[in-house]
Amino acid sequence: MRYDYEVIAEWIAPGEKVLDLGCGDGSLLRHLAEVRQICGYGVENDPEKLLACVKNGVNVIQMDLDKELEGFEDGFFDHVIMSFSLQAVHNTQGVLAEMLRVGREAVVSFPNFGYWRHRQSILNGRMPVSESLPHQWFNTPNIRFFTIADFEALCERNGIAIRERLAFDEGKLVLDEPNFLASAAVYRLGRD
Amino acid sequence: MTAPQSVGIVAPQTAHFAEPLPLRSGGTLAGYDLVYETYGTLNADRSNAVLVCHALSGSHHVAGVYADEPQNVGWWDNLVGPGKPLDTRKFFVIGVNNLGGCNGSAGPCALNPATGRPWGADFPFVTVEDWVDAQARLADRLGIARFAAVMGGSLGGMQALSWTLQYPERVGHAAVIASAPKLTAQNIAFNEVARQAILSDPDFHGGHYYEHGVVPARGLKLARMVGHITYLSDDAMAEKFGRSLRHGKAVYSYDVEFEIESYLRYQGDKFAGHFDANTYLLTTKALDYFDPAFSHGGDLTAALARAQADFLVVSFTTDWRFSPARSREIAYALMHNGRRVSYTEIDCPAGHDSFLLDDQQYHAVLTAWFDRIEV
Repeated sequence: MRYDYEVIAEWIAPGEKVLDLGCGDGSLLRHLAEVRQICGYGVENDPEKLLACVKNGVNVIQMDLDKELEGFEDGFFDHVIMSFSLQAVHNTQGVLAEMLRVGREAVVSFPNFGYWRHRQSILNGRMPVSESLPHQWFNTPNIRFFTIADFEALCERNGIAIRERLAFDEGKLVLDEPNFLASAAVYRLGRD
Repeated sequence: MTAPQSVGIVAPQTAHFAEPLPLRSGGTLAGYDLVYETYGTLNADRSNAVLVCHALSGSHHVAGVYADEPQNVGWWDNLVGPGKPLDTRKFFVIGVNNLGGCNGSAGPCALNPATGRPWGADFPFVTVEDWVDAQARLADRLGIARFAAVMGGSLGGMQALSWTLQYPERVGHAAVIASAPKLTAQNIAFNEVARQAILSDPDFHGGHYYEHGVVPARGLKLARMVGHITYLSDDAMAEKFGRSLRHGKAVYSYDVEFEIESYLRYQGDKFAGHFDANTYLLTTKALDYFDPAFSHGGDLTAALARAQADFLVVSFTTDWRFSPARSREIAYALMHNGRRVSYTEIDCPAGHDSFLLDDQQYHAVLTAWFDRIEV
C-alpha cells in the first residue's frame, strides 16, 4: 500500500462520495471502501487498468482525464482525488478546476521535482530517477515537471485554497524545507 | 482454465400464459405463448439465473445449435457457454423470444386465438416495458424470484435497464451494452425509413399479407439494408469492401457493381427470407418509444433512482447508431444515484455490430464482471 493512502484516508469521512481520477487498478478506492465505506468511483482510460478495477470490484468510468468531466454534476462528490497523476496530464489547470467543480474538496499528490536528490542529479547532468520518479526520461508518462513551490504558486494564481499539506521524503514525513527535502507532497484543496 | 466450449445441442421450450397481460398501448393480450431456451442448471437456491434479452433481429436462440440444424448457432454463442464470459457452469442462462416476435412467441405471424387466423396488423403495439412484464411472468413460472443478472445489447440493453426500474428488487446485476436511454431523432429517422420501406411495399396489404400468400420481401429487404449501413462503421465498411468493383471496372448498370452493393443485397435477401415484416415494424416502434426519463420531465437521473442493481455499461468507440455518449448518459445517471456502476468504451472497429463480436478486451471485462457475481 502506498504511504499516501493513509494520509488520504484521514481526510475522508465514512460514507463519503469519492472520485479518484487516474485510479489505476482501483487499489486506493478499494482501501477507502474498506476503511471508510465510501461510495467511490474511479476514472481511468487505460484498458488494462480498467479491467483490473472490474476485477477488484471497484466502480470505474472510462474517460480521458484531459477532457472535462462533462456530464458530472457540480459538487456531487465530497472528495475528488488525483494521486500521483497530475504530472501526467496535459490540461493541468482545467483538471484542477474540474476537480473543484464536481467535488467539495480535492486531494492531490505528486512527485516533487525540486527534491534535493533530483536537483543533485540535474547538477550532475542527468535527469532524476528515483523512487518517486521511477522512469527514465525516454519512457516516463510524466509530462509536467513541477515543484512544491510551483504548485503552490499555481494554486495562489487560480484561487485554489490549500487547506492542508503533508510532505514526504520517500514515505517519511518532512516538516522543514519541503520543497528541498520532500520527494512528494499530498494536498487537501478547496475553493477560495 | 478450460477452453471455452459450446453449450451443445439445445431445444426451445414454450410456456403458455392464460392470464391477460395489460399493455402500455392500451388493452390486453388475452393469452400468449413465450418461446425460450435455457442453458446451464438452476441451482438449489435459484440464485444463479441470468436473463439475456435480444435486440431487433435476435431471438430466444442465444447459444448452442439445434439437433436438426447444426448450422443454426445462437446469436450470442461466443458469450454464453462453459468457459465463456457468461459461464454456464456457474449460471443458468435464459433467452426469451419477445412478444411480437416471429420465432414462436405470440406475434403478428402467430395465430390469433380469437379468430384462428394470423394476427397480422391486429397484433397490438408492445413496448420494452411490456416485454419485461412478460419476461417477469416467465421468471415466475420458472421459480426465479431474482435474477443474478439481466443483460442485453442494443434494444436488449434497454430491456435490461427497464428491468432494473420495473422490478428493482428482482435484479442483482445489469449489463447494458451498446444501448441508449432513448433514441435520438436521427436514430428514429432510420427506423422510420425502414418502416416506410415495408409499409409501401405493394405486398404489405395493410399488414395482412399472410392471407394473401405473400410477404413484403422487397420492403423488408430495403429496411434491413438501411439498418445494416447503420450497424457498421465507415471504417469497417471501407476496410471490408472499399470501392471494390465486381467486374474490375465500371460497366454502367444497376446490377451489382460495387462489392458493398452485393453485401447489402445479400444481407437484405437473407433477412427477408426468414424474418417477419410486422415484427420488424413493431420492434422498431418499441425502440422509438423507449424513454424512461420521459415521465420524469426528461431527467434520467431521477428516472433511474428506482434501480438497485449493480451495473456494467459498455459502449463501442465506432458505434454511431448507439454512440458512446448515449451509454455515458446511463452510466452518469446511475453514478449520480450512487449506484454501483462501471462504464467502459471498447475500442473496436466494427460499429454497432461490435457488441456481437468477441473483442478480447470486451470479453475480458465481461468475464471479470460475471466472475464477481456471487450466486
